[in-house]
Amino acid sequence: MGQKQTQKVESNSFADNEISQQAISGFLAGLDKLKGNGQVNLIGILQDVQDKFGYLPAEALEQVSNLTKIPLSKIYGVVSFYSQFYTTPHGKHTVRCCSGTACHVKGAERVIDKLSEVLGIEQGQSTPDGKFHLETVACLGTCFLAPVMMIDEHYYGNLTAQDIKDILNDYRSRA
Amino acid sequence: MTKQPKSIEDLKSWRERLMSKPAGETVVRVCSTGCRALGALDVCQAFEDEIEKLKLGKKVRVIRAGCHGLCAGAVAVVIDPAGIFYQKVKPEDAEEIIAKTILGGEIISRLCYAQQKDAPISLKKDIPFYKHQQRLVLRNCGVVDPTSLEDAIINGAYQTAADVLCNKKPDVVIKDCLTSGLRGRGGAGFPVGRKWQFARASKGQPKYIICNADEGDPGAFMDRALLEGDPHLVLEGMIIGAYAIGASKGYIYVRAEYPIAIEHTELALVQTRKAGILGRNILGSGFDFDIEIRKGAGAFVCGEETALIASIEGKRGMPRPRPPFPAASGLFGKPTNINNVETWANIPRVFELGAEKYAEIGTDGSKGTKIFALAGKVQNTGLVEVPMGTKLRKIIFDIGGGIPDGKEFKAAQIGGPSGGCVPAEHLDIELDYDSVQKIGAIMGSGGLIVMDESTCMVEIARFFTDFVQEESCGKCVPCRIGTRRMLEILTALTKGTASQEQVELLCELGEMIRTSSLCGLGQTAPNPVLSTVRYFRDEYDAHVNDQKCPAGECTALTSLHVDEEICRACGKCVKVCPTDAITGGVKKEPAQIDQEKCIVCGNCVTACKFDAVIKK
Repeated sequence: MGQKQTQKVESNSFADNEISQQAISGFLAGLDKLKGNGQVNLIGILQDVQDKFGYLPAEALEQVSNLTKIPLSKIYGVVSFYSQFYTTPHGKHTVRCCSGTACHVKGAERVIDKLSEVLGIEQGQSTPDGKFHLETVACLGTCFLAPVMMIDEHYYGNLTAQDIKDILNDYRSRA
Repeated sequence: MTKQPKSIEDLKSWRERLMSKPAGETVVRVCSTGCRALGALDVCQAFEDEIEKLKLGKKVRVIRAGCHGLCAGAVAVVIDPAGIFYQKVKPEDAEEIIAKTILGGEIISRLCYAQQKDAPISLKKDIPFYKHQQRLVLRNCGVVDPTSLEDAIINGAYQTAADVLCNKKPDVVIKDCLTSGLRGRGGAGFPVGRKWQFARASKGQPKYIICNADEGDPGAFMDRALLEGDPHLVLEGMIIGAYAIGASKGYIYVRAEYPIAIEHTELALVQTRKAGILGRNILGSGFDFDIEIRKGAGAFVCGEETALIASIEGKRGMPRPRPPFPAASGLFGKPTNINNVETWANIPRVFELGAEKYAEIGTDGSKGTKIFALAGKVQNTGLVEVPMGTKLRKIIFDIGGGIPDGKEFKAAQIGGPSGGCVPAEHLDIELDYDSVQKIGAIMGSGGLIVMDESTCMVEIARFFTDFVQEESCGKCVPCRIGTRRMLEILTALTKGTASQEQVELLCELGEMIRTSSLCGLGQTAPNPVLSTVRYFRDEYDAHVNDQKCPAGECTALTSLHVDEEICRACGKCVKVCPTDAITGGVKKEPAQIDQEKCIVCGNCVTACKFDAVIKK
């Protein structure tokens, strides 16, 4: 039953999430980083766009290209280089599971497998209901909590595979 | 806020005014950075609620401090001036701590650190973890409120920078830096004074300095702790460095995964600008300097200086051949000096102690202290600061408290994916840049991951190679294709399908990649592989000749069995098995594992209280 429900939500929130040209140009017009005539902080601009819209819509990249006079091909080069930029919509909550050395030694693999299993997606994917995005990161710098994961900006440490379900359910039940 | 200090005297009198506020109060210092993951903010709130309830506002103060270092004890709380250290504090403990300890002067032994049972240690200074350290750079981390400039000033921040700016010529600053013998804490250990000298001598304006806070090495978290817990120390170091080099602008390039570090550093920048410690005519010295934060976007290679510069310029973070070095042509083609967070944090200490005095700490070739991030299979995980030349054994056993669960030490991994594994035979190595390099590792940023008998060294080599392969930017062939070939062989090894010839090829590839890669990432990528082959050849041989993994970690080469004599049929293993591979295990019938169904996940091994599940 639960699965059917999530499928239904998908068509409402995720696909209809088209971002209008006006919304993008409005946002870019107010962006301080695009003002002034100093060196362009391209990565910072892209980060702000992604913070605002949840991902980097193609339309936004075109507009950034027009405004900064940086060729679109170069911008795509930058976007595809860094692992934190996405060009497709992402689940609302980003689950970042650490796969660093300390976490690896303390069994992060099992936590990652469990996350995949419970969410029904692989690393780098979002759930169909648009609630979660799953990724692994090199190190969260909280090795003393290993194995550790972060959901949005919240840390969960000393994890076992058994903890995963409860933590995710907690987020599922939120609006 | 007081009006802007216009001179070093103003700063001094500001500090005196701040310090003359009524003292004698009790301060509760809660680690609110690293420990936040385990609910530190709730603990703070609980203390504050209780203080409010009992109207103790004038007597007891809560400071949301940075990392205390002993992260294994999270949430860690220090009660000053008594110096009491409580660990694993929960919000519900706040009421008792205030009633018993703060008002009653009584120690709650349940919350004390104890190396042995029934021997609780109440004072921070008596805990072995702290006793053997020399916390020079981390001195104020866990003490000051990182969000308060006033608190930092009370604890001495910017006094040294003010003194340097007003009383020392830039050339003298560089000379002192050379005398101190300070070497870069980011990896290769290049002498800081020499680097500054090059940048100062370089023609071209403006000049830039960069603080590399892209602490990429999995397993290191000292840079994060410093920026979170004592950001003003890093800024102070940068002000001194910029003055020496003649730089007018600084950048802090910080990982996006460190939101608290970004928040605290941003706040520190706003505060210092407002107070006239950053910006135009700093403290009346005539020197102009400002700093900007740049967030990384997730690329390990950006820890390499030329890649980092490309990233700040808004390009793909790819390294380029040197020369020209950044000192000649760096950010936007201008002379640039890059040091990492820990290096910048050392600078104020060099000038506070005096260069000669600083040089007395450490070994002949490596001066000062080094922060190590102790993690993995060790009791006291956390941040450890010791003089260069401290024995690895001392760090792991005296400070770290040894290996948990009575297991054997196998190796310590130093320096992350660029480093290597140090075996038990080298436990008495005196850690400094040169000694670590001699045994096939590098200091790196100081990540120290302890491994016990259950860690497979072949699997660890595969893990690191997988990491560098993923993070290789792809610009040069040896790194891009070489690490891929190495990974293929290592993966085959963990599956038991590799030959001895392939192990030889692995070493040959490693040597080749080391000597022919473009940047530090590729040049050091084979280190974890070469060092494990060097010290743990027997494990490689077991994977090749016997198709066995001695540590029982490589699932393809391991099977799980229940010792029927030991099994008490409690049924725990049956419940945790994800593939229903375990039959029996209840009603006095010993458990049995169906090898066809078993995926060797190890859940039953962890679940069994009697150690009846055995890896073969």
